[in-house]
Amino acid sequence: MRISLMTTCLVDVMAPDVARATVILLERLGHEVVFDKRQTCCGQMHTNSGYYTEAAPIVRSFVDTFEPALDSVDAIVMPSGSCTGCVRDQHELVARHEGDSELEQRAAAVAAKTYELSELLADVLKVTDVGAYFPHSVTYHPTCHSMRFLKVGARPLKLLRAVEGLEMKNLPESDTCCGFGGTFSVKNDATSDAMVTDKAENVVRSGAEFVVAGDASCLMNIGGKLRRTGASPRSVHLAQILASTREDPFVPAETILGRAP
Amino acid sequence: MSTVHLGFPAVRPQHASPSSRLRGERGFPEAAREELGDGTLRENLRRATSSIQSKRASAVREVRDWQKLRNAGSALKWQVTDHLPELLEQLEASVAAAGGVVHWARDAEEAGEIVTRLALERGAQEVLKVTSSATQEIGLDEVLGHAGIRAIESDLAELIVQLARDAPSPLLLPAIHRNRSEIREIFLATMPDLDPSITDEPAELAAAARRLLREKFLDMPGSVAISGADFAVADTGTMVVVESEGNGRMCLTLPRTLISVVGIEAIVPSFQDLEVFLQLLPRSSTGERMSPCTTLFTGVHEGDGPEEFHLVLLDNGRSAVLEDPEGRSALHCIQCSACLNVCPVYQRTGGQAYGSTYPGPIGAILSPQMTGMHGSDDPNSTLPYASSLCGACYDVCPVKINIPEVLVHLRAKDVDRRRETRGDFHGTWDVALQGASKLMASPRAYDLAVRSAGPLSSVLPGKNIGKLPGVLPLMTGWTDHRDLPKPGASFRTWWDQHEKDRAAQEPAHGPEGGSAAATTDDDPGSTDEERS
Ligand code: SF4
Repeated sequence: MRISLMTTCLVDVMAPDVARATVILLERLGHEVVFDKRQTCCGQMHTNSGYYTEAAPIVRSFVDTFEPALDSVDAIVMPSGSCTGCVRDQHELVARHEGDSELEQRAAAVAAKTYELSELLADVLKVTDVGAYFPHSVTYHPTCHSMRFLKVGARPLKLLRAVEGLEMKNLPESDTCCGFGGTFSVKNDATSDAMVTDKAENVVRSGAEFVVAGDASCLMNIGGKLRRTGASPRSVHLAQILASTREDPFVPAETILGRAP
Repeated sequence: MSTVHLGFPAVRPQHASPSSRLRGERGFPEAAREELGDGTLRENLRRATSSIQSKRASAVREVRDWQKLRNAGSALKWQVTDHLPELLEQLEASVAAAGGVVHWARDAEEAGEIVTRLALERGAQEVLKVTSSATQEIGLDEVLGHAGIRAIESDLAELIVQLARDAPSPLLLPAIHRNRSEIREIFLATMPDLDPSITDEPAELAAAARRLLREKFLDMPGSVAISGADFAVADTGTMVVVESEGNGRMCLTLPRTLISVVGIEAIVPSFQDLEVFLQLLPRSSTGERMSPCTTLFTGVHEGDGPEEFHLVLLDNGRSAVLEDPEGRSALHCIQCSACLNVCPVYQRTGGQAYGSTYPGPIGAILSPQMTGMHGSDDPNSTLPYASSLCGACYDVCPVKINIPEVLVHLRAKDVDRRRETRGDFHGTWDVALQGASKLMASPRAYDLAVRSAGPLSSVLPGKNIGKLPGVLPLMTGWTDHRDLPKPGASFRTWWDQHEKDRAAQEPAHGPEGGSAAATTDDDPGSTDEERS
């Protein structure tokens, strides 16, 4: 299949290895990945902060980038539950706020072909065992948007359970938010900190070497807290685990979500 | 007379009156910061919310058609907000037919005046009060106090608060923050006749409270009680009060005059609809299958219960909420508190930080709509932002209020309002997000910025960004608490090389095979200079 990659702005700049891993994984599975360099951002931060008017040009740019190529690709993939949620649930909303019904329709067409990574693998590519190798203990944080808005359910867990060498550890209070929430993490930093402190403690309590999730933003938050407190677990994205093989295993770098060269 | 408009009102519905207990003195972030510093409070809250949360979960799990019940509850509540004016008129007629008197209160002041007048006319110096959010919202205790009438709380939790306030060193905290031994201390300090051998067993404490109330009640001149109601049934005029203790029922049945202050949103169309709500409410609220005390009363009956019944229907900003089609579902709330107990923000900050009678996720959408949001200096403008939008509230809400969606809608309303207000759209966030919007809508400039982020940040030491000096706007909110990965080479830089490698490996594929098909003429990243 031919799959268009939307990295998300955060991943492109702050966690490039997550996008790289997504490419490596999909190509290993025999698919062709395309990346349109005109892509910028899905507009989630603006939308969720109430800046619909400022989100509109970003949504338009997004639609202008992906809509013309819709017929030539089988799917668009985003390695982020919350950004996929924004494309699916909010792009039309922003277009409506601007009174732009043409954009609304085009946005809906793009959204219909956009998938979060575990959705793409399970529902479109219909794979469970991607041939990955990750000889470490991991604990899974479901992330709120993947769990409650996209309802990815057990998809990521099934993929992880099929990974050779991987040992799953239970995460206490796993379905509680990590406290990221986009601009919430800065606007309400004290509350956000109280939330991520508890999440990081639960990760430590799980006894796992890694905390895995499908959203780089939450992982940056949890990973950043773990680093700050000097705790040993590292954060790792689902794509990074699934891309890891015996021949080319994932080794974490010092940088949060980074991979040692 | 208050009239609820749905179409094009001749008069814009007014917001809640400023005297209402719906707005704190400080914005949420500051108030929360203070609450978060109280370790005992956090521990008590955590224990209380997590135990009630798991009780709720198991009570809900028992009901096989729970989702259908939620759908029914939601549909009925939409019916209410769609037909509120007609339903209110029907309720008025039903209550009158059953021998009750209906009063309409446009705002907190009017409601307070009506209740005070009714109590004074009956010679009351003390009144018994069944806790309700509507009376708390209008600050009834204080209003009555100004008229020389003392309100005695009947609800155990509220009684504790009241006693705590009366204690030698006043403390203003709802009972969820207090543990049993603290409650015992409060009782011993404020009930002179209490046997000092009392333990901190809940049953003993509750019995002590009940004794106090009964004694109070028996020598209370005027014999007036004031309550709220969880539901007001339009077709029969029946009021429904759901409680766990039975103290409320005592107040509803013993007095000569009963006054119920009820928000206009508490209405349900027909008696039969109670079937749905009386299943949804107790399980969601206290995790009980049925509330220990569910009291239904309709008007007056000779020789049975109060001789007079007055219903005060309270608007106080509710019509203003109704006016916004995307925000009005906040009025569907049946006040079960499930969203509070499950909210990771509320669990940590507690209710005080919200500054309103209505705390937690529902409060964050209800209070600012009732009072209006008046720009960046208004504490209630901060409430829609007091959420990470995790969606746990929506999952548990028995009437399926999509709280995260309304929160975002209200943020947009706040931003739009400030955008249109001269001088109120220059905040750090406003400037930052306007700038980011411009950049993200210009693929060429954005591409350059992304590619420069790595080289630019290489001046900072280490692999991650640690604590930063406070001069940097916005960033420190992050770096005060957690590290931030330092941008290195962007993904697109890697992709350029990957594309080249791929083309070199598979020359036979031609232009179709490589990803070159996805790059177009105005591809910002494909300039030769950048690639070399
Ligand atoms: S909004 Fe909250 S308090 Fe109101 S009914 Fe829903 S869950 Fe209960």
